Amino acid sequence: MAAFAVRRLLGAIIVLTVVSFVVFAIFILIPGGDPAQRIAGRTATQQNIENIRKAWGFDQAWYVQYGEMMKKLFNSLRPGYTSTYGELRSFTNQTNVVDQIRAGIPATFSLVIGAGIIWFVCGVLVGVIAAVTQGRWTDRTITIAALVGISMPVFWLGLLSRYVLAEGHPLTIFPDSGYVPLTQDPIQWGYHLLLPWLVLSILFIGFYGRVMRSSVLDTINEDYVRTARAKGLAPRRVLRRHVVRNSLIPVVTLFGLDFAATIGGGAILTEYVFQLNGVGQYAADNVSRLDLPPIMGVTLFGAFFIVLFSALVDLAYAWLDPRIRPT
Amino acid sequence: MATTETSDFSLDTASVLAAEESGTEIVGRSPWALAWRRLRRNYVALGFLVLFILIVVCCAMAPLYAHHVAHTGPNDNHVADTFTRNGKQVNVLSAGGITKGPNGETILVPAGDPVGPQWFSAGGKFVLGADLNGRDVAVRLLYGGINSLKIGIGSALICVFFATVLALLAGYFGGATDTVLSRLFDVIWAFPVFLLAIALGTALQLGGLPLGFATLHGNSLWIPTLIIGIVLIPYVARPIRGQILALREKEFIEAAIAQGASTPRVMFRELLPNIASTLLVLFTLIVANNILFEAGLSFVGAGVRDPDPSWGNIIQQGSTRLQTAPSLALVPGIAIVLTVLALNIFGDGLRDALDPRAKVKV
Repeated sequence: MAAFAVRRLLGAIIVLTVVSFVVFAIFILIPGGDPAQRIAGRTATQQNIENIRKAWGFDQAWYVQYGEMMKKLFNSLRPGYTSTYGELRSFTNQTNVVDQIRAGIPATFSLVIGAGIIWFVCGVLVGVIAAVTQGRWTDRTITIAALVGISMPVFWLGLLSRYVLAEGHPLTIFPDSGYVPLTQDPIQWGYHLLLPWLVLSILFIGFYGRVMRSSVLDTINEDYVRTARAKGLAPRRVLRRHVVRNSLIPVVTLFGLDFAATIGGGAILTEYVFQLNGVGQYAADNVSRLDLPPIMGVTLFGAFFIVLFSALVDLAYAWLDPRIRPT
Repeated sequence: MATTETSDFSLDTASVLAAEESGTEIVGRSPWALAWRRLRRNYVALGFLVLFILIVVCCAMAPLYAHHVAHTGPNDNHVADTFTRNGKQVNVLSAGGITKGPNGETILVPAGDPVGPQWFSAGGKFVLGADLNGRDVAVRLLYGGINSLKIGIGSALICVFFATVLALLAGYFGGATDTVLSRLFDVIWAFPVFLLAIALGTALQLGGLPLGFATLHGNSLWIPTLIIGIVLIPYVARPIRGQILALREKEFIEAAIAQGASTPRVMFRELLPNIASTLLVLFTLIVANNILFEAGLSFVGAGVRDPDPSWGNIIQQGSTRLQTAPSLALVPGIAIVLTVLALNIFGDGLRDALDPRAKVKV
């Protein structure tokens, strides 16, 4: 167990380092325009640009610049650290990147955790119902609805549902976009997030429903299920304790990875459409300005969660199926 | 009776039996022929394949439609133009001002709102309305479909090709090759994939992509195609690698190696045919996925950029005028849903036909 933890931790550090390197390379090596020129603006003189290049250190070798950036990032992460030049700041508006990401975390976490609960519970439920009623109309309806769900672009669904249900139409039942902090007003928080939750969940419910359905259909034919029935267990107990628990393994794996990927940038489009001002929207705004420090910050934030959750998934595996032990 | 029957045995009977054995009663059928028989009976899957082909054909005929029905190109602006509807002149973009409604109430018309769908009341012009630059949406929808389908199919080809080659190398050689490639997949996997794609898309749009032998221009369709194809490689390569690892332990591979088959022969003649059906199914589903991915990229401005049309960027334009011109965002979305749904259902049917006992059905 300790060996497993150490190995995963080492792997995570290597992966995060490589990720930060790749992001840096994309922005430095690929011709995307000179950052000094972008900071200076359109009316800058050559001398302005030269000065900015010196002040920000763009004239140094790329590995020096990379080292500086990483040092600043770690500085900004230290609690209680304040220094105008030692923190990682945006190239375009000089705001502290880590502070901006922290400000976006409540909205992003509220969105993804809420949607995650909805999609996991509904996906599993829908999949089990479809599998138990295999071939009947409930199964067919669920199968078709799931396919339609996974075929919709999430931003399009968000736009339309916002237009019909939240923008002053006769059908309006939701407040229009924006994020209300949980600490400020829990009821408004949930009310404002309900529509984004549902929109973000729909694709995943379809997807998880399909995986769960086939997983349950596979498990139902296992010998241990027949044994459980033969020894006279109630059908509900067989379903709950023997079928569903074992069928959950592929779904839990998917959930861990999807949940992390959604926190780390998968919810960009939903945040963007509903203007939730989360981490994803912060990233989207800065990507269009080609502002390296915020993109570096958000990418590492996302990669951190993806790496963390893939380790957690392996642990969950071991709990659900004692035959698989982390080594 | 029994005795007479046995005594009936002659050389003729033997020849009849032999004929039966090699005749039509026992026919060897390849797995592909069996799969085709199963697919042929799946009318739902075939129906949606026909729908997909129809969509492709309609998009391919975009120039014909633009020339002979709509009489305008995909990038022709009609901002200040009018067209004739039922003998009356109608502005393509509303001029703005105050008009009287049917009950005498005043209606404030904002300026610059595009006309909605005209169907066929304007003689083929603006069948699905106009966009904010006064361009014909129906024409742009068809041309945009060409771009979206090109990117979807092209990136799926790139993705499946590289994923297969890398998975074959990793799965067959194992050891150090496998470790290096798997770690490489881990890194791409750890990236927030959509964010990576937007970052690459925006950076490359500005500077283009110098490839040594050629430079891709900033608004070339190859840029989103390559980006989508490459960032999704690990998602395809991982499951294929797993399958190859399992196949590699099978007896027929051992037999081939024992017979002295070369490494390429084992890889391409023994392993590849065994994963071909998986690849075909994956390809169908990845085209569907990539069309959605492209739409998202173009929606945030990191894929196909105006004036080039794509389903994603038409929706993006419509999103700014949802209140007054909802059809602008609605129509391309429906096109995406139909195309992706058709591919998903056909892909499902294909998988059921090729591998009726597939373990994990995703």
